Amino acid sequence: MAFHTRALLSACAMVALCASASAETITIATVNNGDMIRMQGLTKDFTDKNPDIEVKWLTMEENVLRQRVTTDVATKGGQFDVMTIGTYEVPIWGKQGWLVSLNDLPESYDVDDILPAIRGGLTVDGELYAAPFYGESSMVMYRKDLMEKAGLEMPEAPTWDFIVEAAKAMTDKENEIYGICLRGKAGWGENMAFLTAMANSYGARWFDMDWKPQFDTPQWKDTLTTYLDVMNEAGPPGASSNGFNENLALFQTGKCGMWIDATVAASFVTNPKDSQVADKVGFALAPDNGLGKRGNWLWAWSLAIPAGTQKEAAAKKFIEWATSKEYLELVAAEEGWANVPPGTRTSLYENPEYQKVPFAKMTLDSINSADPQNPTVDPVPYVGVQFVAIPEFQGMATVVGQAFSAALAGSMDADAALAAAQAATEREMKKAGYLK
Amino acid sequence: MARAVSTRRKALVTICAWAVGIAIFFPILWTVLTSFKTEAEAIASPPSFLFFDWTLENYSTVQERSDYFRHFSNSVIISFGSTLLGLLIAIPAAWSMAFVPGKRTKDVLMWMLSTKMLPPVGVLIPIYLLFRDTGLLDTRIGLVMVLTLINLPIIVWMLFTYFREIPGEILEAARMDGAELWSEIVYVLTPMAVPGIASTLLLNIILSWNEAFWTLNLTAVDAAPLTAFIASYSSPEGLFYAKLSAASTMAIAPILIIGWFSQKQLVRGLTFGAVK
Repeated sequence: MAFHTRALLSACAMVALCASASAETITIATVNNGDMIRMQGLTKDFTDKNPDIEVKWLTMEENVLRQRVTTDVATKGGQFDVMTIGTYEVPIWGKQGWLVSLNDLPESYDVDDILPAIRGGLTVDGELYAAPFYGESSMVMYRKDLMEKAGLEMPEAPTWDFIVEAAKAMTDKENEIYGICLRGKAGWGENMAFLTAMANSYGARWFDMDWKPQFDTPQWKDTLTTYLDVMNEAGPPGASSNGFNENLALFQTGKCGMWIDATVAASFVTNPKDSQVADKVGFALAPDNGLGKRGNWLWAWSLAIPAGTQKEAAAKKFIEWATSKEYLELVAAEEGWANVPPGTRTSLYENPEYQKVPFAKMTLDSINSADPQNPTVDPVPYVGVQFVAIPEFQGMATVVGQAFSAALAGSMDADAALAAAQAATEREMKKAGYLK
Repeated sequence: MARAVSTRRKALVTICAWAVGIAIFFPILWTVLTSFKTEAEAIASPPSFLFFDWTLENYSTVQERSDYFRHFSNSVIISFGSTLLGLLIAIPAAWSMAFVPGKRTKDVLMWMLSTKMLPPVGVLIPIYLLFRDTGLLDTRIGLVMVLTLINLPIIVWMLFTYFREIPGEILEAARMDGAELWSEIVYVLTPMAVPGIASTLLLNIILSWNEAFWTLNLTAVDAAPLTAFIASYSSPEGLFYAKLSAASTMAIAPILIIGWFSQKQLVRGLTFGAVK
């Protein structure tokens, strides 16, 4: 009997010992873009340095992932230890207390090296709630050959007047060449990302300081009529259903003279394997309208820790590794400097090797010219350049996007679309309690 | 006596049937063809139908990047598990409704069907919380349970329709011969309803295999089936149509093969009654 008890006790002790010696597993939920997939491929470097931590990955398309992680973080489901989230979510989730603060990252991490514009968007009341993995802005990509044929020269920092003029001059509809390709597909992250950023450069804003919607102002009318005019005259047919991918396909097959979209597109359109115009592409800053604000957006995919996790320490170690200077060097050594995740650290842009990458300077200048705290000319009560960081924005902006997309399709005019946008936004803001 | 059908009419019907068939099948065929193209060819305009450089590169990339077989085995376990569990519950339920109907049987049937009318997202948060508290998140058993419950109304309805066509007298005769309830269901009813049960089984496997709301929302890594595998390849920023097509082809291939081999059974079960 005593022997049995002893045997049982030793077995229990062995099991306990094994359990304590076994590695801790963290689950990471992330979007499936190129930089994240590269990070997944380099996980071994992290696990070699941290043999007591194992890593599991869930990679998903952006919209599916957003729904998935929102459900989990809101219910404190604890399914994920690290989440990739965007600049839209961070301020909202941070305020809700759904994220773990990253203010205690060690000094060697050098948090001051993070680009101020990006860091500002990830900080709520002095607490850093997410570490940027890569940042992006938007810029003009154009065909140098078509620009030359039209007898024009693209300035480094063009105005909207120049863009409109160039778009019309480059258009050759008989040969299926359209001067400009812009997003037209309805959605808060589709046409409204572009139009909100464009509106900033026209001095328009979503809300005044009392949260009153501003679609009835002349600034919004100027924005929308310019957009509709140039797209109707120089845009591709069926533009009201074009998003990033559709425009990318048009640009890569030589059908667009200019395309204003995410800086991440630069590496796609200059890749000779996929793009027929790889050697003819030039870059310029997003246009302005002489008011001191450019029409470019600012976005960062960042790593954050949900408040429900049991493995906070291991998750922090991972974030520290993935967003460190050493990680950038690791990617450069493995895949070259052009493949390093851009737009997060000042030191990267001071690196002479990285300065040789053709779109590096343009990306940095674009990011630096956006300010999420002061996105437009007049002061605003919200944070965000191409979005308004309040939970109601997704639904509202999608409704507004549908009205603007309908205007592009020709089923209503600019005035009617703006009136519909104003009415829908006022209704939602009243319902949400911002307006009395 | 069969009605005489003219050759012209036959030809017309055949052409129409082929046209409809091709129209329905074309997107799948296009997906399969795109999976053998390079990314540049996948977006080429005008697109090439057959004359392009065929490549297996997308399949090797997909296999390299994700563990297809783990997702595949999860899909098999979840879809077969939920269907079999569903049948186990639904056969007795359908038997009682078909042969011993009560005053409220019709209402119960309609009520069961009405649960299918609620959009699933409406109960996402309560189910998620239940799963969180019972430790069922990201487990195969949890998904088997949810998919069983979701498909149960369809299984019961289909079986009820088949069972109702079996003459009650046959079961009465079995009872006269001394068959007990269990033997009556297992030895008399089930063999006669095999075509109906088989088509219910197949249809539900297909429905569970393709279910993409709960399987995406209640899984993370361990229990993720092929729907999650596909979701990791569509991308709003980046044209990876060829890779997405390769992932989709790999995900639909098993169910397409099962469907191909069992199409006779499936069509017979769906178009004929149990006893004809």
